[in-house]
Amino acid sequence: MKIDKELLHKIAHLARLDFNEQDETKMIDSLNEILDWVEQLNEVDTTGVKALTHMSVEVNALREDIMLPPLPHEKGLLNAPRKDSDYFRVPKVIE
Amino acid sequence: MFLSYTATRQALLSGKTTCKDLVAHYLQKIEARNAELNAFVEVYAQEAMQQAEVIDQKIKAGTAGKLAGMVVGLKDVLAHQNHGLQGASKILDKFKSQFNGTAVQRLLDADAIVIGRQNCDEFAMGSTTENSAMGITRNAFDTSRVPGGSSGGSAVAVQAEMCLTSLGSDTGGSVRQPAAFCGLVGLKPTYSRISRYGLIAYASSFDCIGVFAHNVEDTALVLEVIAGQDDFDSTVSRTPVPAYTQNLALEGKPKICYIKETVENEGLSEDVKQATMKKIAQLKAQGFTVESVDFPLLKYILPTYYILTTAEASTNLSRYDGVKYGYRSPNVTDLNSLYKKTRSEGFGIEVKRRIVLGTFVLSASYYDAYFTKAQRVRRLIKEKTQDLFKTYDLILMPVAPTVAPKIGELAANPLQMYLADIFSVQANVAGIPAIAVPNGTDSQGLPIGIQVMADFFQEEKMLAFAKYLMEK
Repeated sequence: MKIDKELLHKIAHLARLDFNEQDETKMIDSLNEILDWVEQLNEVDTTGVKALTHMSVEVNALREDIMLPPLPHEKGLLNAPRKDSDYFRVPKVIE
Repeated sequence: MFLSYTATRQALLSGKTTCKDLVAHYLQKIEARNAELNAFVEVYAQEAMQQAEVIDQKIKAGTAGKLAGMVVGLKDVLAHQNHGLQGASKILDKFKSQFNGTAVQRLLDADAIVIGRQNCDEFAMGSTTENSAMGITRNAFDTSRVPGGSSGGSAVAVQAEMCLTSLGSDTGGSVRQPAAFCGLVGLKPTYSRISRYGLIAYASSFDCIGVFAHNVEDTALVLEVIAGQDDFDSTVSRTPVPAYTQNLALEGKPKICYIKETVENEGLSEDVKQATMKKIAQLKAQGFTVESVDFPLLKYILPTYYILTTAEASTNLSRYDGVKYGYRSPNVTDLNSLYKKTRSEGFGIEVKRRIVLGTFVLSASYYDAYFTKAQRVRRLIKEKTQDLFKTYDLILMPVAPTVAPKIGELAANPLQMYLADIFSVQANVAGIPAIAVPNGTDSQGLPIGIQVMADFFQEEKMLAFAKYLMEK
């Protein structure tokens, strides 16, 4: 698989990233080098092998759902780059 | 000053020293060398002194906790209430944690004193601590060299005696590899052994909190305090936590293997190879069974790791969007540009590379070819690794292929840097515990490490053997 400009633009959009011209070329080169390298995995026969999707031996350590004080509103807003008294502020979404 | 908590505690309890003296001493070391080494990105001088005073009172009153007067540092990925936390990234600029992570809370509850937060690679992605928005960290032994990474600041802080122990995080070797480069003990426990509540997520099926110390006893003690069940992490293990510190004497002679493909690896430097083979010969002479085994999957472990960790990272890092916290680009026109500009300006280049790679392997057209394939190979690696434990108690191998590289040596080529983790990733891919301990030095006197790996939840056996390795 080779990543070209068009594909990079597509992925970058999905990841909500932008690259300038100069970074773009370098990024494409390094990604292709890495992809060539990871494609070694095709040498491994995985016929009939199930994908490993969970690492814990124990699944879901659940507890009783007890009501505890949540993070207070003002603390939740404390790190916001823009806010008013109740909400995070962002540019207008709906016209 | 004291290089072990046992000695520290004895001196504290017998009145030979006080927590205030200890903190003053560490602060002096920080003052003297941190500008050059950049191990700490923030130091809590006044607060640590106040805390020392409180703990001194507790010692007098006979109510001192298990870690009373242990001065610790935290990698900048661990949430510490009302303190800065930014994963060494611009995107979390000015972020202050609103709560304590579980591991941090348990340290504080045991009367440890947190002296500051420590530099690392951005979001723990890197092997040299050169990818940080807060500048590079230098190896205290030779400042022209890297300390390793990603928990480089945490390693150097212990190495330069700016604190007694540090908490780091280990996703592919980020505690063990810097420990080896800095001549320390570095522990990555079994996956799920320590709660990750309050740990900035990088790759959730790999991430573990880990410990840096000068010796195995202190490592075991910290693990004993921070490990175990937690209401705030549904992935943590409920397996009871053994009293690790009470079981550090080696019982019998564990059967050991080493993987042929590690010691014959073309990337392995002559010095590290010799040190490893010397240790193996020494163990054999002491009557241990140490046998060479084949592990043909070795070369596939790193590619598997990079496909899966980048995929998980691209998902985990989607939360940094400039809306709720941290940095927001000033050049924003609409919501889409808010996301894109914030993330493009806030993330460093290596983080972006991994997000793009992860997004690619998760995208509809390539999901099966890359992501599912890697998950299948991961199962093979895990099973083949566990097969070794049917015959052997422990696996012995180098921690890293070389001693600490020069600054800039690996930074130019991402793939070269990835290869620095070739021996450390197996434990994370398989989920098993591993520990790095010092194993002599090379011809220039640079530290070399050796790594012991054990089966799931076999930390006791592993720690006892690691202690034996360091002492005998």
